[in-house]
Order: sequence, then structure tokens, then C-alpha cells
Amino acid sequence: GAMAAAELLVLLLVAAGPGPGRADSGRERRDTLREELLLSPLPTGDVAATFQFRTRWDADLQRGAVSHYRLFPKALGRLVAALGVRELHLALTHGFWRTRYWGQPPLQAPAGAELWVWFQPTVTDVDKAWKELSNILSGIFCASLNFIDSTNTVIPTASFKPLGLANGTDHHLLRYAVLPREVVCTENLTPWKKLLPCGSKAGLAVLLKAERLFHSSYHSQAVHIRPVCRDASCLAVSWELRQTLTVVFDFFASGQGKKDWSLFKMFSRTLTDTCPLASQSKVYVDISPKNKEKELLEVSPPPTSVHEAVVQGDRKTYAVYDLLSPSLFNTSRSLNVQLKWKRPQDSSEMPIPTLHAQRYVGGYGLQTGEICTLIYNTHPYRAFPVILLETVPWYLRLYVHTLTIITKGKENKPSYIHYQPAQDRRRPHLLEMLIQLPANSVTKITIQFERALLKWTEYPPDPNHGFYVGSSVLSALVPSVTAMKDVDVEQSPLFTSLFPSSDGSSYFVRLYTEPLLVNLPTPDFSMPYNVICLTCTVVAVCYGSFYNLLTRTFHVEEPSRGGLAKRLANVIRKFRGVPPL
Amino acid sequence: FQDQAEQFFRSGHTNNWAVLVCTSRFWFNYRHVANTLSVYRSVKRLGIPDSHIVLMLADDMACNPRNPKPATVFSHKNMELNVYGDDVEVDYRSYEVTVENFLRVLTGRIPPSTPRSKRLLSDDRSNILIYMTGHGGNGFLKFQDSEEITNVELADAFEQMWQKRRYNELLFIIDTCQGASMYERFYSPNIMALASSQVGEDSLSHQPDLGIGVHLMDRYTFYVLEFLEEIHPASQTNMNDLFQVCPKSLCVSTPGHRTDLFQRDPQNVLITDFFGSVRKVEITTETLSLDRDVAAVESKFPEEEVATEPLKYAEQLPVAQIIHQKPKQKDWHPPGGFILGLWALIIMVFFKTYGIKHMKHVF
Repeated sequence: GAMAAAELLVLLLVAAGPGPGRADSGRERRDTLREELLLSPLPTGDVAATFQFRTRWDADLQRGAVSHYRLFPKALGRLVAALGVRELHLALTHGFWRTRYWGQPPLQAPAGAELWVWFQPTVTDVDKAWKELSNILSGIFCASLNFIDSTNTVIPTASFKPLGLANGTDHHLLRYAVLPREVVCTENLTPWKKLLPCGSKAGLAVLLKAERLFHSSYHSQAVHIRPVCRDASCLAVSWELRQTLTVVFDFFASGQGKKDWSLFKMFSRTLTDTCPLASQSKVYVDISPKNKEKELLEVSPPPTSVHEAVVQGDRKTYAVYDLLSPSLFNTSRSLNVQLKWKRPQDSSEMPIPTLHAQRYVGGYGLQTGEICTLIYNTHPYRAFPVILLETVPWYLRLYVHTLTIITKGKENKPSYIHYQPAQDRRRPHLLEMLIQLPANSVTKITIQFERALLKWTEYPPDPNHGFYVGSSVLSALVPSVTAMKDVDVEQSPLFTSLFPSSDGSSYFVRLYTEPLLVNLPTPDFSMPYNVICLTCTVVAVCYGSFYNLLTRTFHVEEPSRGGLAKRLANVIRKFRGVPPL
Repeated sequence: FQDQAEQFFRSGHTNNWAVLVCTSRFWFNYRHVANTLSVYRSVKRLGIPDSHIVLMLADDMACNPRNPKPATVFSHKNMELNVYGDDVEVDYRSYEVTVENFLRVLTGRIPPSTPRSKRLLSDDRSNILIYMTGHGGNGFLKFQDSEEITNVELADAFEQMWQKRRYNELLFIIDTCQGASMYERFYSPNIMALASSQVGEDSLSHQPDLGIGVHLMDRYTFYVLEFLEEIHPASQTNMNDLFQVCPKSLCVSTPGHRTDLFQRDPQNVLITDFFGSVRKVEITTETLSLDRDVAAVESKFPEEEVATEPLKYAEQLPVAQIIHQKPKQKDWHPPGGFILGLWALIIMVFFKTYGIKHMKHVF
């Protein structure tokens, strides 16, 4: 009886449900979803897969009370409106992108958690809004972003210019923080997937299974929110939410002998249908020939089209699978893209990227050390500038007078330096420099530091693991090999419209170096207990002895008559004739 | 039928919460994380949603570099059961699992900016399950190898919860060495407690997995998990069955329990009162018609301002602008009181020593 009534109610609700939908279908939708997957084989035999899900909402989140959320997630929309956020970029990464061997990344993020936000000029207390924002995001993404406070937040003056529409860049509205110790696991992926309109049930997101994604060399998931031009005339503002996920599958970890890849081998599943809410859903495979020779890579099944684009200054060819085209799922119900190498790869063919960098800690012992950064410019004849941003925690006391920048044996003076020294327990060091890199050179930047001794309550529960120094950020305009034309953002693939391009002769790239792990001098944490025991023992023994000596009185004791045993013994001794006890 | 109806209304709670805490750090304490995750899995399976579960894991085992199968935590050897799952949500991770945060979650004295998923928003009609595991001793439980919580503190925290009416009934389960010492000091009503071992006994681990290289679960929680796998949301199993789980022959230690503070008879307390979630459904026969006119909602959008000239993107690396960024003029501040006082003292001493006649040489 009860079950039938419940079913009746559910049926009535369902009948009333599609009514408003049908009335609405004729009107223009204000938000759109595009999803895309880019598979790029890397020179070392690994393969990188980049997912991008872009929701564009033709509404102004900042003004007016928006109450009807459709594709744009309500959690993020309300956050942007309530805290006056103009741009938000949050990335959670596990692993490191090896630029030297893998090439320039489409969008790199440093190991751990990185959060940088531009606030609207109307926000009066930016620090308070920043603290609230990091707490709310830590609840949404199950990450310890609430550890972001003034000891790891910096205000960069030259890097991290806004990626969206901006009319003025007062850098006091920018905040940047990185947490290198942050772990990324399934509990961070789950809420990220829940923000997608189709969840992980349809479309490209069915491939996102945690057991395969975390068994990789590099996994980076990010959320980017920014205002963009609504159309070519750019008179109105739309809000764009991009969720990107980059994963690099290791050839060696997969355990197979051949270097061939397929969707099933990477993700242990294949694509079966599209997300009904997406207006565009495509898979791109990078089949660019290396050294302008014949193709190296063969893809199957045959792609729906081939697309050529200039990406990161180089002409590249992509095989495109359009999941919305009806011919794709005609022959088989699932799409399993397979990549096969036509001829074996030569290790001498590995191209070296134009800009790459490396960072390490030098020195020995637990008192001093040195941070060395090497930046390589491998372009044969062009020089270009690069901005280096370093954030060093306060417990590594930098000595700026030991900063040396050497290129080709000579000193290289930066055109712009911004240094903000640290305040103990309040603010980290910030060092920003604009360095000109000559063609075909290596630049070495070294700075010495001294390690501080923390108070014993400030050590984390595992102090012998070491302390992390966040990655440094290199932002550069690298000269392109092929000039890039201005293309319409809506028609081009998503991975070409990440950074707004200004002119075609160079492209913008942001690289991160390795994070560093330094050991601080740690005390023996059992010493407080030892000291208390020792002190109490010494006090008890000394004071106790003195007290006894001073207050003890002596008196003569009557000899006791003896117990039973003694009396019996005396009786026997009397018989023997020996004196009694 | 009468008995069934009576039983439906016997327990006075309307919602269920769970606070699951693993207090150990480092890879060799894998089994404590697996313990907590297996209780999390059972509790989710029986109906408590993630928004009502506060899960605290002191270290990350699933994505630990030493884990040969990333994103998994197994409870049975030969990798039979992955208790980590695909949709886990951990509220307090890694360094956030401290005694202070645990007590703040229980008593509700949380800083105002804490997100909802990290709060225990229980009321006086909530049944709360609290599960703790880690390394412990006689009267204390160790948090992350650096601090401890004592049984007195825990009892006082529960008393604060009682006085603030934050629970209807509370089930406390602890799986550590000498676990029974942790519930000895409770004095608030409506608390039932279970422990894996008595004072003076150690709780032992169950089985190692040679592929992963560590012990996967503790014995007591392993048998509790096996017991809970048989429970479904409508089962009528009661607490007396839970007390029988893991006798000394299987567990090597003697599990204990304490029911003197609990008002109902354990025979009448269902397992799903604490491990499952109550959904009191009211059936109605009246119909509701939803508003068909969405146009009214959409037209509430205020008219947007259209800019007169096109907006543009910022330049990513404006070299000229950066180089000519003038450094902020440092405002001249008058010298502070201390400096003024110091100089005044120096000048006074000078003139007192050498006499006023030197003034003309100064000016």
C-alpha cells in the first residue's frame, strides 16, 4: 500500500517534470559545453592524454542574482559571485612534467596544489576574501587548501597576468600560493568529476577511472574560471569554466613490450556514447610527422577528419574523431582509438624544446645550502626574455647579496628585479626577475641560504621527511617556428585557446621547475621527556638526602627478644655449649 | 504487526552521523587506514551519505609512492576487496588529523570559515557512530606519532556533546591495543562502547599481503567487516550479535563492551540504528503541480550592460611595462619615539658632560 502510493507520487512528479523543459527547448540556451581529448605521443614512447571540458555561460555572474544554474556548477558560480573573484585557477598535480624529454606541455602545473586568483577591484579586503576562498575550496575538493595562509601566499608583480578579459592589472588584486606537500588521490578526483555536467557517466568522462589515472607518471587536474569575449566583437562578457586533466602514461609501467597504445590500454575502457549536454565532443590524436618526413604514427579506426593547426609555434597535424557525427558509432558500439608506430623510433630523433629548466639544491650539511636554477635556451639564433618567480619559505633564509646570474661565463644583469624578504613565521621570500636569455645558452642562477631552527612545536609529525620548497615559475614568450594566425576561438580546438595570443611571432609558455626537498636541523623530540626524568631524579636524590640528614633523629633501639626460630636455635646452642645468639 | 510498528518508533533518532578516525601515519600502518575505510564503506553502503560522514585519515596510503597498486586500499589478501572505492571523500587529511581538530569536530567549536563537509552538524535527535583506530595504550590513543588523547579528555568531550545536546545516542568503537581503557571514564548517558581488547592486552593484526608488503587489517575490524557485509538496510540484527563478533579464539585478544550508560537494552538496539541511515518517509496522496512557466524565472535576469568599446585580454608578458614599473616610493616616516628619545638622551649627556659652550660648534 505504502509502496504503491510512493510510486504514484513519483509518477506524478515525472509527468509534471518535462513540461517546463519542452516549453524551454525552443529558446536559446545560455550555456554550452564542449569536451575534447587530445592524445599526444611523447618522444620517449609515453603518451600524454589531455582532457578539457569547457562550459561557457553567456551571463554576467558578477551582477544580478543568478538563481538558475544549468551546466555551470552552482558551487563555483556562487563562489565567484559572493567573493568577487575575477579569475580562479586551481591545479592539483602528482608527478612532474619532464620538459626536456617530453616537450613543452600544453598547460603545466607544479607538484602539489597551486591556487592563483585575481579579485575584482570592488573587493576591499583581498586577504580576507583569499582566506575564505581557500577554505571553501578545501571543502569542495577535499584538499588541505585551508593550510594556505600568509606564510605561503605571495603577490607576484610581473608573472601571472590575467588570462581572461581585464581592464587594468593592479597586482594587489592577485594572490598566488602553492602547497608542494599536497597529495592528490581519488578523493580529489571525485568532486572534480561531480562538477562536470554529465558527471562520469557519459561522454569522454567515462574514461576517468582513478585506478588507471593514478598509475601514471604525471597526473594534473585543474579548474580555470575566467571571463571571456562572448563573440568576435567582444562587447559582452561570458564566463568560462575549463576543467582540464592531463595524464602521462608510462611506457614502462604498463609492462608491455610494444610501444603501441590504445584507449583500452590506457584507461581500461572505451568510448561508447556522447554526453547529451555537449554541443561538441571530439578526440584529437597528434600525428604530426617529426623532422617533416613521412608519418610515424598510424591510427585506427580511420578518423572522421584531419585538422592542421599551428600550436606552440609549430605546425601540427591532428586526426579528429567527432563523437557527434553519426558515422562514428555505425560500425561498432564502442570507439577504441589505437596508435601504432610505423617504424621504430630513434633516440637521436628526440627534439629538444626551446626552453627548459632545472633546479636543485647544492651544498652540504644542515646549516647552509644553495639553490641553483639552470635555464636552457636552445634556439639557434633568437634570444628572448623570461620571468623567473621563486617563492622560498621563511625558514630558509636567503642571502640576496649572493645572488649570481651567469650566462656563457659572463654575468647577466636582469632588467627587472622584485625582491620581498621574508618575515619569520609571517611571509615567505619572493624573488621575481626578468632575465634576457641569449640564443643557444645556459643561464645559471644561484642563491645561498641558511637553514633556520624551528621551535619544537612547529615541526610536522614527520620532520625527518624534509621540508618542501615550491616549484619556481618561468613565464616566457618563446619565438615560434611558424607564424600563428588569429583564429576564431569557437571554431578552433580547445587546446589552442588556453592562452590569449597577442601576435603570431611568439607564443606564451609557463614552465615549472622541480620542487625541492631540504632537511632542516631537527631536534631529538624525546629530549623534553628525558630532561624531565633526569631533573626529577637529581632533585629527588639531592634534596631527599639533605632533608634526611637534616631532619633525621637517632634513638637507641632495644634489642628484641627474638622470634621463635631464634629461641629454638638458642636452646640447641645451649645443648652444644656454644654462646647464645 | 503491533511489535513491528512499535519497534519502528522505538528508537528516538531522526538522522545518523558517523565520525571515522584513523590516527596513524607512515606506510607500515596501512592496516589502520584499511580499518577505517572498511567501516566507511559499510556505513555508506547501509545508507549514510557523505555529507553526514566525517572521515579523518592521517596519511595517504592509496596514492603513497610505496603502494604497488595506486588508488587502492585492500582489506583482504590477494586483493579481493578494494575498500577505497571510486567515490571516497576524505574530509580531514594528513596533517589536519590532530587531537585539537578531532575535539573541535566533536564539540562543534569550529572556526567560522570551516566548510560544511568538515563539520559535525548533529542535533539532539542524531545517532552518532564514532570509530577510532591507531596505536594506543592504557588510557591514551596516539595521534600521528606526536601527540595523544587521553580517556579523560574523550569522556569530557562526550559530556560537552551531551550538554550541548549534540547526540541522541552514541556508539563508540575503538580498535587499538588496550582499547577498553578508553571507555572506562565515560560518564555521559546514552553511550555504548566497544573495544577490541582489554586493558593489558594487545590488538593484533590479521594477515599480511606479500604483494603489498604490509599487514592489511586488524583482526577485530576484519571480523566486524565480515559481520557487517551480511547486514542490509532492512535487517533486524541487534547489538548483542555485534558483541559476539570476534571471540578470543579468532581475535587472540578479548573484545570488550560497555552498556551501563545506555538506556535501552542492547537486545532492542538494531545495528542499522548506528550503521545505517534513517529515512522516515511520509506518503501523501495529494498532487502538486509544478510551475510550467520558466520564462518568468529567466526574465528576472537584469539587462546586461553592453560595453561601448571592445574589451581586450591582458598581455601575458608586457616586457616594456614591467621594466618601467616604478618601485613604490617609500614614504618618509618621521623617526619613531624610541629613536627620538635615544638621540635626546645622547645630546643631553653630551652637553651635561662638556658644558653648554660647545653649542655654537654644533650649530
